[in-house]
Amino acid sequence: MLEARTLTKTYQSGAQTLTVLRDVNFTIRDGEFVAIIGPSGSGKTTLLGLLAGLDIPSAGTVILDGADLAALNEDERARLRGEKVGFVFQSFQLIPTLTALENVQVPLELRGERSAAGRARDLLARVGLGERTHHYPVQLSGGEQQRVAIARAFSNSPKVLFADEPTGNLDAATGGLIVELLESLNREDGTTLVLVTHDPAIAGRARRVVRLRDGAVVSDAEAA
Amino acid sequence: MSLALRQLAAFAWRDSRSVRKRLALFMSAISIGVAALVAIDSYADNVTSAVHAQSRSLLGGDLVVRSRSAFTPAIDSVLDSLRGSGARVARITSFASMAVVRGRPGTRLVQVRAVEPGFPFYGAIDTRPPKRWASLHQQANVLVDPSLLVALDARVGDTLQLGFALLTITGVLENVPGDAAIASAFGPRVYIPASRIDETGLLVFGSRAEYEAMIAMPAGTDVEKVSKDLRVTLDSSRARVRTAADTERALTNGVAQLHQFLGIVGLVALLLGGIGVASAIHAYVSEKIDTVAILRCLGATTAQIITIYAATAAGMGLLGALGGVALGVLTQFALPSVIGDFMPVDVQPTLAPSALVAGLITGVWVALIFALRPLLAIRHVSPLQALRRTVSELPRGRWWRDVPHLLATAALVVSLVIITRARAEDWEETLGMLAAIGGALLVLVLAAIALTWVARRVVRDEWPFVVRQGISSLYRPGSQTRPIILALGFGAFLISTLYVTQANLIRHLTLSGEATRANVAFFDVQGDQVERVDSIVRQHGHPLLQRVPIVPMRIAQIRERTAAALIADTTDQVSAWAIRREYRSSWRDTLVASERIITGRWFTADSVEKDALPEVSLEREIAGELGVAIGDTIVWDVQGVRIPTRLTSTREVNWARFEPNFFAVFERGALEEAPTSYVVLTGIGDATARARLQRAVVDVYPNVSSLDLASIQDSVERILGKVAVAVRFMALFSLATGALVLFSAVAATRRRRVREAVLLRTLGATRAQIRRMMLTEYAVLGALGAATGMVLSVGGSWAIVHFMFELPFALASGASLAIAGGMMLLTVLLGLTSGRRVMAETPMAALREV
Repeated sequence: MLEARTLTKTYQSGAQTLTVLRDVNFTIRDGEFVAIIGPSGSGKTTLLGLLAGLDIPSAGTVILDGADLAALNEDERARLRGEKVGFVFQSFQLIPTLTALENVQVPLELRGERSAAGRARDLLARVGLGERTHHYPVQLSGGEQQRVAIARAFSNSPKVLFADEPTGNLDAATGGLIVELLESLNREDGTTLVLVTHDPAIAGRARRVVRLRDGAVVSDAEAA
Repeated sequence: MSLALRQLAAFAWRDSRSVRKRLALFMSAISIGVAALVAIDSYADNVTSAVHAQSRSLLGGDLVVRSRSAFTPAIDSVLDSLRGSGARVARITSFASMAVVRGRPGTRLVQVRAVEPGFPFYGAIDTRPPKRWASLHQQANVLVDPSLLVALDARVGDTLQLGFALLTITGVLENVPGDAAIASAFGPRVYIPASRIDETGLLVFGSRAEYEAMIAMPAGTDVEKVSKDLRVTLDSSRARVRTAADTERALTNGVAQLHQFLGIVGLVALLLGGIGVASAIHAYVSEKIDTVAILRCLGATTAQIITIYAATAAGMGLLGALGGVALGVLTQFALPSVIGDFMPVDVQPTLAPSALVAGLITGVWVALIFALRPLLAIRHVSPLQALRRTVSELPRGRWWRDVPHLLATAALVVSLVIITRARAEDWEETLGMLAAIGGALLVLVLAAIALTWVARRVVRDEWPFVVRQGISSLYRPGSQTRPIILALGFGAFLISTLYVTQANLIRHLTLSGEATRANVAFFDVQGDQVERVDSIVRQHGHPLLQRVPIVPMRIAQIRERTAAALIADTTDQVSAWAIRREYRSSWRDTLVASERIITGRWFTADSVEKDALPEVSLEREIAGELGVAIGDTIVWDVQGVRIPTRLTSTREVNWARFEPNFFAVFERGALEEAPTSYVVLTGIGDATARARLQRAVVDVYPNVSSLDLASIQDSVERILGKVAVAVRFMALFSLATGALVLFSAVAATRRRRVREAVLLRTLGATRAQIRRMMLTEYAVLGALGAATGMVLSVGGSWAIVHFMFELPFALASGASLAIAGGMMLLTVLLGLTSGRRVMAETPMAALREV
């Protein structure tokens, strides 16, 4: 489903070269729930960005559902994201000028789907926001915004969903609900779930945990 | 925690670090307005002081006595008595004549000035070769305009024939103080010694000439007092007295008008810049919400925070104004080459400190006063914002209860009134200008509101997503629809108004129809000569375009009252001048292109009834001066014969065209018995052929004057070209400001747009899709803004053409559409440019930044 081959990412900072990821290799199977954990600065978010095709590796490649991301140009990667990938961010990243419903519709509409509004309404109902479809992000609480983001992430029935610290901006209780929501969608739709976190409790719910330190994988273990 | 002012300023400096370059760009909107004002004010100051310094040499003496007829013995004795008291007097006689050069083809109508030794008493006439003015009186010499030598293919040393006099051309005139370069357009000037007038034989009893006596008073004389006394003494002899101070006043008034017109354009550019500042400050503080919230958490008071950002705005305003002053000075030095030909004096550009200081103060003031309102929004930023930052919107208070906000608005309005009043002539004009600016802004705001309203309702689900998304951006929260429409519409309004006005002026002066091709005119062709002149023209193979009969006459009686009675009666509104003057009238069957009927009806074929009075048509204004209405009888005195007529129409006449036009036009048959002279018009493309024909006619009939209109047409076209350059020059200022303001309005939401575009790309949008969304949004904004500006400009230019120049108005659709199209394109380009960065980077890199 998703394969990282000798992934390396370096940044040029003045005369210095900063290596953020070093020779990362792993494969994620269809329907898996994988947590990527590690301390701040270990390269978790960078890895997620590369896996999702949001960024270009300095070396190595990512194979997403059979497509070699390094071989695609920016717009081809965008199309691939629109069809197969969903995102949930720590800071929700809703478009502030769009209502909840419009936010959820965006990925569908970008693909030119006609029945976008109907499906978006269903999804919002599934995350418990059926009554708040016409609210703007400002008018929603953090937990509600993240639920809209999840509905949006699932709107295009993605093969794989990436979540970057999805509970980072939420209290423990709300965060727990969000993870449950992600888990249930993962179970029901068979979506592959890749979640970055530094919260061991959340990582504990994943079936597989990849641990990063200083840009390298230090352990990769299936949960018992 | 209390920060001293100095520390606040230091903080403001550090805090502006990341956006300094961009803020400076916005502030340059102020620079351009300031530059326009500084350049215009400085140049006007230069011209005024040049006129003052040169006023005596502009006139040539301290005062001049001028008369349309030869000086009466009374005037002569006054001049003698002045001479007796130590004054120097030189007489100048000016008249028109045909000139030929021995051994060269061609003739030319020239303006002869016969001067007595001593003229000019002040200033100097420059000649080439130099110092030839001093030797003018030594022999039968003549100094001529360079254009005469060119026209007649002559050179210095040739012999010029004026009437019967033969004169040696000893040099050409380089610079005659008091004459603008265009003064020679209607005939080259020719200076001869007064002692040679008799030799020419051109001045006989009744000849048209102007007689002047130039007077230089002994040092220390009170010239104003002398001129006052002279005016009393000479009142009855139809002579006018003019002093150097009069000349200065007249010139200064002309300069003041030009100054005022250009100043208004500059002022509007500055106000447009003010709108740009407001928009830039709004964007700036929107980006600073985090910082403000953090400062609040750290205990900063509202006053301290406002001080910090006001200091930034003031600093940037000062920089903008300083830049504007520098640019203005550069422009000032460039202005003489643009409008110098209109000026009667040599203007040496020098720094005008008052204009520089005024520009600086106005610039900083406009920047601050426009920045104040958006700055006040900072007060509503809550420290909580630092903890929970979900909104990038500035919170808004309820403005109608917000006293500081209302005060800031009032200060803005009062400042506008003061700055406008300082530019305008009187309160009426001030209010007119403010109403025009306010009206234009109101229309634009209404257009923007209408657009939002329509956009909200028009979007259909069937439309492609990118189009829907683009249109929806127009009404979504935080949209920039209003500022963009304002900046764009106002810019388009200004530029289009300038252009349409210019196009109207030029159209008014440009030739059309039959007369367009006419470029040679023969005057004073007598009745028994006209057939022969016609045949000479035809023999040379040229078309006879028009043959216009001219009959001189005076008014003998209007209704039942005689001319003498009308003049004597001081109670009515009839103008004595209009009654007393000589009318050179004509007859014809049809209207010409340069006139149209205002009241009554044109002569019809069946209107010639037996025993009805012959019909006459009068020009509208002269009819008003005579106090006559349709149906009134007017009795004309045609060289002793009384011809009664009935007024059947009034006409509006465009006198600016080179066509023979008349105050009074008679129907055919009314004047056929009267002694008539003719004007014969022909059109010849080739300059040599024109000269040959003129020569041929003058050889046969020396009394016939001919005028080569082509050179006048050239001069007029050159002047129009200069006007066009001056207008474009001012339009450039408005355009540059408009573009900057537009840029700042677009940039105000750049942050939000970048964020939105990055998210869309993360969710699978291609660059093409995002580009199409932006294209839709900006194309709609651009189209509406430009279209509204265009509609406004029709009103604006109509008002200028109608009220200021009092001319008929016509649309210049082509130019307006081109300007609107250009503005729209500019909007789309700016919009797409602002999104350029999103396209260049990977979503990950951009996500980190937003």
